[in-house]
Amino acid sequence: MEYGLDKRSNALKIFNTTFIIVWLLVACFPFIWTFWGSFKVRADFFSRADWWYAITAFNTLLETGGKFTTDAYSQAWTEGEFWKASRNTVIVTFFVVTISLFLGTLGAYALSRSTRNYAFWILIAALIFRAMPHITLVSGYLFPFFQLQIWGILPTTIVVLVAINQPFTLWLLYSFFKTVPKELDESALIDGCSYFQAFRHIIMPVMWPGVITAGLFSLMLAYNDFTVTALLLNQENHTMVPKIQSYLGTNQHEGNLMWAVSAVVSATAPLFMLVMFFQRQVISGLTAGAVKG
Amino acid sequence: MPNKTFFWFFLPTGLAMILFIGLPILSTGIQSFYAQHDQVVKEVKKCDPFGCTVSIVVDQEKTSKIREEKPLGKFNGFGTYVDRNHLAIEEIAKFWNETNSFGEFVDQVTNLPFYKALIFTLTYCLFVTPNVLLLGFIIALSLNAVTRRIRGPLIFGTILPMIVTPLVGSLVLFWMIDAEGIIGANLQMLMDDPYLSLKSSKTLTWITIIIYGIWHHSPFAFVVFYAALQTVPQEPVEAAIIDGASRWQRVRHIVLPHIYPVVTFVALISLMDNFRVFEPIIGFSAEGSAQSLSWLIYDNLVNEEVILFGSAAATSMMTIVGIAILLAPVLIRTWKEFRTAR
Repeated sequence: MEYGLDKRSNALKIFNTTFIIVWLLVACFPFIWTFWGSFKVRADFFSRADWWYAITAFNTLLETGGKFTTDAYSQAWTEGEFWKASRNTVIVTFFVVTISLFLGTLGAYALSRSTRNYAFWILIAALIFRAMPHITLVSGYLFPFFQLQIWGILPTTIVVLVAINQPFTLWLLYSFFKTVPKELDESALIDGCSYFQAFRHIIMPVMWPGVITAGLFSLMLAYNDFTVTALLLNQENHTMVPKIQSYLGTNQHEGNLMWAVSAVVSATAPLFMLVMFFQRQVISGLTAGAVKG
Repeated sequence: MPNKTFFWFFLPTGLAMILFIGLPILSTGIQSFYAQHDQVVKEVKKCDPFGCTVSIVVDQEKTSKIREEKPLGKFNGFGTYVDRNHLAIEEIAKFWNETNSFGEFVDQVTNLPFYKALIFTLTYCLFVTPNVLLLGFIIALSLNAVTRRIRGPLIFGTILPMIVTPLVGSLVLFWMIDAEGIIGANLQMLMDDPYLSLKSSKTLTWITIIIYGIWHHSPFAFVVFYAALQTVPQEPVEAAIIDGASRWQRVRHIVLPHIYPVVTFVALISLMDNFRVFEPIIGFSAEGSAQSLSWLIYDNLVNEEVILFGSAAATSMMTIVGIAILLAPVLIRTWKEFRTAR
């Protein structure tokens, strides 16, 4: 709080700075460390002998002749078929975002312009749906999907993710549509537009910030999903996150940890870039429903 | 907006939610009343020069035929709900009669899979939610005191733990905390215990997962609180400074009351999210010592031999009841507000 009257003591300033530095270390260091370690061999990053090897790259030097190696990346992307997983992620994310936004804007616009009781109840129902743990929904999907023989393929997963995403998208877009004055579409209606024309030509052009925010959240949901993709897709169609889990190995087969490390870095990097570009929208989305209280 | 227009605008999203959220809940409910078929066994007589032996083997053909005819399994009523892996009514009655002290009884009950998972889930919620609120609020306060110019990058760094998926977030921490990682190895040195590791101790595992939860969820609380702090009116704060209120008094009596509605919002959201904790257990490979309700369902669904639909569904239904209990106060309050608003 930068108030003219407010004079902060030096002790408090030092405490504040220290706290922020410590917190930022806690928040970011794990990612920096993983990024650093992804260019080492396993014996260094997961060293049984001495963790300091991860910095001096003792084994990496022995095994590859250099201090840094991109072996983990090239192996995971080719042998580990991470390219396939990332292709699947791109497909899933693209369709989930487009369909979510299409359905969500229509529905949220109707909700924001309706004065009836049922609009309120629909929003409450959406809140309850939002609270459902995804795994309980998945346990409901599996059996019917096996019977209908639509298990394992990408389209099913896309539709499911769109549906799971709708409650949140509706709430978010609803609060954005509420900020667009009603007079805008009312005047268009008087001029003889239909509701859909008013929506398409008058409201949507001023809604871009809200749509971008909602799109980002749909994207993060589809991109980050583990529960649905791990259980509803077959091996061949796995997206990045379940793929990373498969590299970890199980009791039955030995995993390849360094593949997992490089895959984690490959999967997180685009997400971080995206958030860096759209930080403002992400934050406005998180606070849209909350601050008005 | 007329009803008819509303209907057409809302139809696509409504249909998606009914088909893929409403119906699955119904389907889970139905599945929970069925259990997978028992295997059909047959007696096989084997004779060799030393005599005949009768052995019992699984009749694969008949078993798979029954499974094909009735894929849902056999009707079991509430049988799955009360069996050993869920509410375990019989077992609890038995423990009650057989154990000598109450402590022993509690010990036995908390070893049953469902109660074990329930206790972990509740402990996780109980420790993570308040700490998330507290840490998020402190970070928001102190970032709010930083010069405006450098806030952008600081906020970016702060929200990183939130934007990665829980599986990746927990893996990244696990690789550091594990005995072969940087923090784990140093802890071993510091405590002078070469066998100290995450997997060896249940308490340590729980603490780690809870710390992970706080790390992952605090940024969300931070973002919301930070935005709310921007809306705190300046005049009362300045008046309080002139009246000689200390920094703590200003936070306690002006800032907190102003952002109170937001605090309940964040508490609700993070309670809902914490109740479904599941991915960190996989990330930390902590299945041995920490199981949550969601993890139990997952475990049933990835079962190697035959997927335990009934068992997973029963746990799911009880999880939904748990969510309903969590949400009830909010829903009742909203309902009252709605009634008075009319």
